[in-house]
Amino acid sequence: MNIHEYQAKDIFRKYGIPIPPGEVATTPEEAEAIARKFGTTVVVKAQVHAGGRGKAGGVKLAKTPEEARNVAAQILKLTIKGLPVKKVLVTPAADIASEAYVGIIVDRASKRPVFMASPAGGIDIEEVAAKTPDKILRHAVDPRYGLQMFEAMQLAFFLYSDMKQVRAAAKIFQQLYKAFFENGGSLAEINPLVTTPAGEIVALDAKMVIDDNELDRRPDIAALRDESAEDQSEVEARKASLTFIKLDGNVGCVVNGAGLAMATMDLVKYYGGEPANFLDIGGSSNPEKVVAALRIITSEPNVKAILFNIFGGITRTDDVANGIVTAIKQNPLKVPLVIRLTGTNEEIALEILKENGLSAMTDMDEAVKKAVALATGGKAK
Amino acid sequence: MSIFIDKSTRLLVQGITGRDGSFHTKQMIEYGTQVVGGVTPGKGGQKFDDKVPIFNTVAEAVKKTGANATVIYVPPPFAADAMMEAADAGIPFVVCITEGVPVLDMTRVYPYVKERGSRLLGPNCPGLISPGQSKVGIIPGRICTPGNVGLVSRSGTLTYEVVFQMTRAKIGQTTCVGIGGDPINGTNFIDCLDAFEKDPATKAVVMIGEIGGTDEQEAARFVREKMKKPVVGFIAGQTAPPGRRMGHAGAIISGSAGTAAEKMQAFEENGVGVAKRPIDVVDLLKRAMR
Repeated sequence: MNIHEYQAKDIFRKYGIPIPPGEVATTPEEAEAIARKFGTTVVVKAQVHAGGRGKAGGVKLAKTPEEARNVAAQILKLTIKGLPVKKVLVTPAADIASEAYVGIIVDRASKRPVFMASPAGGIDIEEVAAKTPDKILRHAVDPRYGLQMFEAMQLAFFLYSDMKQVRAAAKIFQQLYKAFFENGGSLAEINPLVTTPAGEIVALDAKMVIDDNELDRRPDIAALRDESAEDQSEVEARKASLTFIKLDGNVGCVVNGAGLAMATMDLVKYYGGEPANFLDIGGSSNPEKVVAALRIITSEPNVKAILFNIFGGITRTDDVANGIVTAIKQNPLKVPLVIRLTGTNEEIALEILKENGLSAMTDMDEAVKKAVALATGGKAK
Repeated sequence: MSIFIDKSTRLLVQGITGRDGSFHTKQMIEYGTQVVGGVTPGKGGQKFDDKVPIFNTVAEAVKKTGANATVIYVPPPFAADAMMEAADAGIPFVVCITEGVPVLDMTRVYPYVKERGSRLLGPNCPGLISPGQSKVGIIPGRICTPGNVGLVSRSGTLTYEVVFQMTRAKIGQTTCVGIGGDPINGTNFIDCLDAFEKDPATKAVVMIGEIGGTDEQEAARFVREKMKKPVVGFIAGQTAPPGRRMGHAGAIISGSAGTAAEKMQAFEENGVGVAKRPIDVVDLLKRAMR
């Protein structure tokens, strides 16, 4: 789960990480009032679950409250990577002497949380990683002990030479690790971590991603979810326990399992169609999930044909068949439907479909070809 | 022959009385797997299906049954504990089917299990099957057939799809292993490739990967450097959209975006045959084994 910069900052502040004050506005007028309260030059920052905000025009400086209102009005009209900006963070602008990068992620290779630090912080950190990898120090943390002081000091010496700054940074790193670990993070990042002309170290940005699997046991973190900042069909899908990602194609896909779902999309493309979505109905499927899946997919006008590809293992194909029948009774389909279904309880499923005037195929390639032909009004490649 | 499990495997089921655990225990017994015991705390002394003894703890179950493998169907909040309990009881092969285990739990489970010398498969995996001998997990038995091709995959249902197509084309399998799609899992591609290379019955290997991470690229290098047997592969996610990624840490850590194109190129460069569609695995295998 993504959380906003201002939410991540709230968490980091609780752990004693130095962060300049800031307040959230949802209208240009609110932004103006906040800027007036701070009485200094402010930065207005789009709060949206997408990277590259600055380059998309979502981060702007404002010298006066009136200017803050104007830039907030511009930013609140933006859509960044498909997501509309609904909130801005207004925060006093800081003087910057230098910018560093620090981040923590769970690393697949070392199977541990890895702490990363670079003296070359800022928006081009990925380029730094690609071109000058020696400018990034990586350190795998033993999760059973956490980030020890000596480890934090090693990382801090990589960024600073002034002893006072080294100690301050080491303390920030230990607290950042704690914030990451204690809140079920899969990512925590400060970019930039700036040094001011006065020599203070402060976090000007904050990012945190929470592992979805942690949310059940952390209701306070789960409550941070901002549904208005998410794609609405994706919100509905999540409520029905479906994994859904909207795309722009013409063949709606309902599949069980992420790997098979991706392979089905690949095959749609291979045969000359375009997948309209990724949709995984997951393992133990009940008929209601299928009903929700069809509702979400059919609400998209681009969809010209719907393809079910179900390989029953833990998923019982009769559950899926029942769901299809129920959904169609509730909401008759306006586009053609192709069903491919095989595996657990296949005979029962086929019987259910037949009783309701539907049929299913058993071969994946044939089913995809048929769905593509129906969607494009021609023949599959 | 086969890898990891065979006729002599004596299996425990942790969470045997739960919805998924009981359903799949019956399926495993029906397939011929020797299920020697189950574990559900508080139900020790009872029997599952009037046949399989249930124990309160894994340690007790191991002592009474001589189990040498276990499969875990317990809900996510208890899965980490179940994996550690199994390893601590000295079970050499631990398979965790449970989906939704927090990844930070896995950062602690992985070293715990490894230090006790157990092999972990999963979590969030379909398990494995050595056709005609034993199945541990949820892979449907009827889509498999005994033969001489090994299969390793990160996916569940996509594995079924490929095995189904192989079986239809009369290409049987020694063992099909689903390693699971979670960021941290116990057994990886290379562990399985290495085991297949050493298994005299396996003549060729199929490797099914997905977008994300660098495991497939490393596995491809392993094939070139360490394997004599032919390997063919498929990568799912060629049309997956680049995610609305937050933060930079992912790309910085791996130095790679983990795209399908990148992985297919690594396959090609290292002599792993690349299937464009799942069905193409069949032709590639036939050519490789000629």
